[in-house]
Amino acid sequence: MGSFDIDGKTYETDDDGYLVDLNEWNEDVGKYIAELEGVDLTEAHWEVINFLRNYYSEYNIAPAIKILIKEMKKMFGPEKGNSAYLYDLYPAGPALQACKIAGLPKPTGCV
Amino acid sequence: MADKEATATEEEPKVLTDLEKVGEPIVPRKKPNEIHPDELTGSIKIPKVQEGTAAGNKPYLCKSENMEKLGFPGDLREDWHDAAIAKMGDLLEKYKSLQVYMDICVKCGSCTDKCHYFIGTEDGKNMPVARAELFRKVYRKYFTTEGKILGKLAGAEKLDLELLGEWYSYFHQCSQCRRCSVFCPYGIDTAEISMAAREIMDHIGVGQKYTNDIIVKVHEVGNNLGMNPKALKATLESTEEDLEEETGKKIRLPLDEVGADVLMVTPSADFFASPHVESLLGYAKVFHQAGISWTFSSAASEAGNFGMFIGNYGQMQKVASRLTDAINEIKPKRLIVGECGHAWRIAYSFWNTLIGPFDSLDPNFKRPQHICEYTLDLVNRGAIKLDKSKNDHIIPTFHDSCNVARGARMGDKPGGQFTIPRDLIKASCNRYVEMDEETIMEKTFCCGGGGGLLTDDLLELRVKGAMPRMQAFSKVQESHGVNFLALICAICKAQFTKILPKYGVGMDVAGGVHQLVASAIDLGAKE
Repeated sequence: MGSFDIDGKTYETDDDGYLVDLNEWNEDVGKYIAELEGVDLTEAHWEVINFLRNYYSEYNIAPAIKILIKEMKKMFGPEKGNSAYLYDLYPAGPALQACKIAGLPKPTGCV
Repeated sequence: MADKEATATEEEPKVLTDLEKVGEPIVPRKKPNEIHPDELTGSIKIPKVQEGTAAGNKPYLCKSENMEKLGFPGDLREDWHDAAIAKMGDLLEKYKSLQVYMDICVKCGSCTDKCHYFIGTEDGKNMPVARAELFRKVYRKYFTTEGKILGKLAGAEKLDLELLGEWYSYFHQCSQCRRCSVFCPYGIDTAEISMAAREIMDHIGVGQKYTNDIIVKVHEVGNNLGMNPKALKATLESTEEDLEEETGKKIRLPLDEVGADVLMVTPSADFFASPHVESLLGYAKVFHQAGISWTFSSAASEAGNFGMFIGNYGQMQKVASRLTDAINEIKPKRLIVGECGHAWRIAYSFWNTLIGPFDSLDPNFKRPQHICEYTLDLVNRGAIKLDKSKNDHIIPTFHDSCNVARGARMGDKPGGQFTIPRDLIKASCNRYVEMDEETIMEKTFCCGGGGGLLTDDLLELRVKGAMPRMQAFSKVQESHGVNFLALICAICKAQFTKILPKYGVGMDVAGGVHQLVASAIDLGAKE
């Protein structure tokens, strides 16, 4: 377990630095985790984060990578709907790193 | 910017509880960038024995909330010592095999250099006999006359917190792959000793986060991934769209269709992860082309069963019972299992005792059948056609999954678990290369992530444990240009996808056997 403080409020994380309570997430939390991850957030990063959070709020799980790619393609066109583009934004992997910044739990299982 | 206000909470020096002492690695865990794999030379060298090089490998402890959900104590029991010994006594009574394994080891040394974790970490306690000795010395102390009287002189030792910490570390550095058992002249199954040790630890409140959290997820949501039925339905529909875009055909991925002939049970990773999903497309194309009605079930949306990894029969049975619900609901004639190593061991070797017999299923077919035997039979009968030339850019080799190779069979003939996947690959590709014979079939090396160790808190162990397989693979990569490592296990797929890049090999080298079927299958009209 770990934690960090922003503006006097303490945020709990799990052992791997993922936010424990996704409802506590706000943009400042996203920015803070991104900085720890060494990711410089741009508008393009936020497009992915917002999609992930919306998907999660509907399905209670992050989307499969293929769905993420397809939906990005539908929303923003083929130049953003591909794996290379997403790995470029999130070098440690869109599933793990983008979820972490978006405040979603780490996907586990045989994945 | 948030960074001006934000500070990581300062860590005060804290006093560890007894449970935390057990879970705390003796040397700190390495960070991912501090893990340096061996260079790939193509040969597997047996290392000189080192002391404590793997002592930093301990998985995270399971939190009390989830321990309690599984019926285990939420913290280290106050009477943990007595409770552990009593539990050991129960297990020795219940599993006569365990009692025999305690007594018959003659310390011949055959197993010492056979474990991938020993070869990779060089830590002497990862030699199977040394790992088992952690258990045996406690057994001698409390359950043998010479141990009770002579103590250390008879190799007996009291179970204290320090030894319990070693148990927690080294019994989570065994993937229960049973390679050591193949070489043991007495057939001692170290996997069973590891399972017993984990069962005793859970019983006194020392559980592993990865396995136990996942079992909780199966009970609460339905599968290891935590994908609820609504998400599963949406994911399958989206994947159907992809299939139609790719093939121009309506190839279905049905869910919960009552009365379907085939109930397909596969690891939930197949719905979600890459390259797993490529095999899922393969299953769908095969069923489509065979013209058989089939379905997945949201009640049984997981073939895996981590109850085996923690050696807990009750959990294993509870997880398996979801399949009974699915069979009662769907009323299928046949049951087919997707690409998952330990799931196939459980399906083939344990389902019948856990939840069988499957009297409602058609006795003309095996109950259950493996997807590889189902597909190969269709190919052999000419019911589906594979165009090998579509895979001409691929030079595959096959990695036998430990639980399939040493824990089950497949098809009608002995050794079917070796020949059937290979024959299916050869039916899908013009070329095929075998890895070194000391590393395949019953002597296969574990991928390094099996047995409940596929978690990032054990990343160093996973990288090092994959080394023998990586060496054997690099040899055929060098000599024959092999560019595809064909797999029939979700754990193997996830492990290699993560580990290959650490060794400087592209992650897309790892893929499923039905991924090869998917790209070779002829989806034209049947004659």
